[in-house]
Amino acid sequence: MRISVREVEHVAMLSRLELSAEEKQKYAETLSAILEYMEVLNQVDTGGVEPTAHVLPLKNVFREDRLEECLAKELALANAPEEEDGCFKVPRLV
Amino acid sequence: MNRQYETVIGLEIHVELKTITKIFCSCPTAFGGEANTHVCPVCLGLPGVLPVFNEKVLEFAVKAGLALNCEIASFSKFDRKNYYYPDLPKNYQISQYDLPICRNGFLEINSGGGTKRIGITRVHMEEDAGKLLHGSSSIVTSGYSLVDLNRTGVPLIEIVSEPDLRSAEEARAYMEKLRSILEYLDVSDVKMEQGSLRCDANVSLRPLGTEGLGTKTEVKNMNSFRSLQRAVEYEAKRQREILEEGGRVIQETRSWDEERGVTVSLRSKEEAHDYRYFPDPDLVPIVIDPGWVAKLKASLPELPDARKERLVREMGLPEYDASIITGSRDLADYFDAVAAEFNEPKTVSNWLMGELLRLLNASGMEMRENKIAPADLAALLKLQASGAISGKMAKAVFEEMFATGKSPETIISEQGLAQISDEGALAAIVDKVIAGNPGPVADYKSGKEKAMGFLVGQVMKETKGQANPGLVNKLLKERL
Amino acid sequence: MSLTSLTAHELGELLNKREISSVELTKAYLRRIEEVDDQVRAFLTVTGDLALKQAAETDEKRARGEKLPPLAGIPMAMKDNMCTKGIKTTCASRILYNFIPPYDAAVTERLLAAGAVLLGKCNLDEFAMGSSTENSGFFATRNPHDLRAVPGGSSGGSAAAVAAGEAVFALGSDTGGSIRLPAAFCGVIGLKPTYGRVSRYGLVAYASSLDQIGPLTRDMRDCALVMNVIAGHDKRDSTSAPLEVPDYTRFLVDDVRGLKIGLPREYLGEGLDDEVRGWVKRAAETLEKLGAVCEEVSLPHTRYALPTYYIIAPAEASSNLARYDGVQYGLRVEAGDIVSMYSKTRSQGFGEEVKRRIMLGTYALSSGYYDAYYLKAMKVRTLVKRDFDLAFEKYDCLLTPTSPTPAFEAGEKTADPLTMYLSDVCTIPVNLAGIPALSIPFGLVGGRPVGVQLIGKAFDEGTLMRAGYALEQGTDLTRPRPVLERTVEE
Repeated sequence: MRISVREVEHVAMLSRLELSAEEKQKYAETLSAILEYMEVLNQVDTGGVEPTAHVLPLKNVFREDRLEECLAKELALANAPEEEDGCFKVPRLV
Repeated sequence: MNRQYETVIGLEIHVELKTITKIFCSCPTAFGGEANTHVCPVCLGLPGVLPVFNEKVLEFAVKAGLALNCEIASFSKFDRKNYYYPDLPKNYQISQYDLPICRNGFLEINSGGGTKRIGITRVHMEEDAGKLLHGSSSIVTSGYSLVDLNRTGVPLIEIVSEPDLRSAEEARAYMEKLRSILEYLDVSDVKMEQGSLRCDANVSLRPLGTEGLGTKTEVKNMNSFRSLQRAVEYEAKRQREILEEGGRVIQETRSWDEERGVTVSLRSKEEAHDYRYFPDPDLVPIVIDPGWVAKLKASLPELPDARKERLVREMGLPEYDASIITGSRDLADYFDAVAAEFNEPKTVSNWLMGELLRLLNASGMEMRENKIAPADLAALLKLQASGAISGKMAKAVFEEMFATGKSPETIISEQGLAQISDEGALAAIVDKVIAGNPGPVADYKSGKEKAMGFLVGQVMKETKGQANPGLVNKLLKERL
Repeated sequence: MSLTSLTAHELGELLNKREISSVELTKAYLRRIEEVDDQVRAFLTVTGDLALKQAAETDEKRARGEKLPPLAGIPMAMKDNMCTKGIKTTCASRILYNFIPPYDAAVTERLLAAGAVLLGKCNLDEFAMGSSTENSGFFATRNPHDLRAVPGGSSGGSAAAVAAGEAVFALGSDTGGSIRLPAAFCGVIGLKPTYGRVSRYGLVAYASSLDQIGPLTRDMRDCALVMNVIAGHDKRDSTSAPLEVPDYTRFLVDDVRGLKIGLPREYLGEGLDDEVRGWVKRAAETLEKLGAVCEEVSLPHTRYALPTYYIIAPAEASSNLARYDGVQYGLRVEAGDIVSMYSKTRSQGFGEEVKRRIMLGTYALSSGYYDAYYLKAMKVRTLVKRDFDLAFEKYDCLLTPTSPTPAFEAGEKTADPLTMYLSDVCTIPVNLAGIPALSIPFGLVGGRPVGVQLIGKAFDEGTLMRAGYALEQGTDLTRPRPVLERTVEE
């Protein structure tokens, strides 16, 4: 197994996902198979190769510091699961 | 056995830039406002939106870097810093990781009678988060929080210092110097109490004479220069006590509690942070033209150190006065404006450092809120110098000017404060006082010098304090 | 021919000649949706009232004698990962089951401004992650050519709608083949434009450095007409190319004489269905007969493209999908504290494959693994792109299969994610390189359509249209009629 149940737990925690024991086991299996498949990349010599983060050679795309209209408050809050005093309401932090 | 410890401090300072709009969208950066009214789909992080970088942010960040003697990157980019928090709508912050816009700078502070150079590791650009409101209770005890996203996406620069600071005083001096430079550059409001200037302090101790770094704590939540100094002092003392008792400092984040004057542990999170930085695919790289940087550099305003030297060299101000006057750009500009019309720099600096700063402090006002026009202050100083009003009167007039913004001439005429320097008018009153006080007159004539004081006082009383005291003395002596 | 099997330009002529009205046309499509969508299940949301209102508006304008652009009054559909102001946009995910965007995507604005009539929003694999439209959080879409088969994915709803006569054309999005694979499986034309050609503003991101919106149409002229509307620079998308856009219809010239076409041998080897290989060869022969020159070429890093993609795309997705947390919009599963609220919401809101990719991407970016996975993948991406750059020094475009097989059975690959991933082996390299590619139907295998893929140079969609148009004019193989269509008409 390329990735253990413990590692799956860690990754799930970083991803804010809650998994059952069964799901953890299953993800450990499928993720391991996928990671194993990726081992093939180790055969590629990438010495001296620059990484590609963008395929287009674009640079310096800027916006002028000019105001535009904001969203109406009702629209900003229209999808809120819970709202209070014009704010999004969330449960306690800790 | 007691060992000697040295405090090692590095500061991470977040500065909100005073652009008109946010860093990646066209919403206003204005402070305050009704909750969730300075927002749009982009800063709300709605599904499908994309950021577009505000060019003014780059200009301000590069200006700050130049003023802090940094190297400006020729190639820079934005990265995503991934973490979950309800004030962060996308659950990642657009920031800069391995290629910040500025690196390797320094600034100089006054310390122990000399100057000391404090290294600046980097300056990078990022977006601010929103605000969490916890009602009346604290973050720990509140049952829920409210999220206001007005501040989300306000541009920030983070300025990271080297761990070169050795005391709470130095930390404060560094922070004050930085604020002054940013104020001169006009890139930020630099108001700690409004959060446009924020500071986290990394504090650790090490045995004196050693080079390595001890375990550090990160102290947050200082809202003024004074609280920065107090918090660092407290934290250094706390760590010293732990070490002296043979204990170990725990690496953690601590929050400064202003009321209790202590730092408290922010419950260490169960997870170690793993921000999973990677280049933001929605934003393209920034390639800096050296010619543009050179132009910006040439356009930088005179900075506090240069201005201070100029005041010493050209105006003959003492070092101390010059550093107080140039500590704030507004004050220095004010000084220049007054001195341009009243060419006695030391007198001007005395008035600014004494009367003006005293009144500003007492009323909790900023320099820019001062109502006295520089020309009016110069006029007041001229009136005093010519003897038209006494020093005591000048101070009274000044207070009135500070309160109302009226010119000294207006105040003097409204309150009938002009000094009586007319010999003819005074002579009559002097004669009347001599005639009405034969006893003291006899005393004086018999050699009792003190009686002269009484007679002068009587003349002042008759004139409601407006008589020129020198002239009164002269007239009395002539007659006795 | 019924109205529901004509192309946009054919219908445009009828509208211009006043032989039909847009309202009649729209009603015909809404009726068709009612008739067949319980079998095909292409639509997540049908916006009938709105469509009829838009149709009536274009009819009024036409009646006033206004000259209208080519797509005015034409009923179309959009994949449900493109924002539509006031209309639910779910990405086929339970986590966005009730999300109503307060803004329009750039493509929505452009299509509506051009007078196109929005019939509704189409099904997809949740957040565009999948190759069969079986990963939808709501229901699976089926292939109109054979209801036992999948329509391909992730734009399966869009492709199926066009094939089944439920929309004249549709928009899809393509991150690793999500326009081209369903186009091939459903027997329609699908174009993935060059990265940066069409604004991504308002397209709900899966993998930002790979995502691109494109048309699904019944013929090449429609493809050109839709591109004329949606392509072009947008200042709200920093990765949008600031380039002029040609009138794509001028590439529909039925002349490929002298065109140099490369046949990459890595796409024609192991794992390819023999009959599919036969159709690709026949497409090459057809083009040669029409005057093009076809030669074998090698793209040696092709086999590394799939693993590279499955690092880069999930890594970006893990960050892009972090915002679905129950705070501002979408599903919220209540809990006592914020961390539990996040975890419960995300666990119940996301489907299995989305969770798998989020975790895969998180893993690839996490401390200690970044260099081995993410950085390595970005470097291999450079090599994959370089292969294409070299090939394009000699060739005008490349010809490959779109998929190694025709549409597979529903349920056939759902148990094994890796097998499912392999469906995209021919399409993924194109996304890594950011270049354009067209899938055009060419023949049938066991009654199911086969697509051939034409791959072009960056911003040279025109050459693909020229070659595609020649195939279309030179054969009768590019417009397979779905079973559904035949049964309804008979």
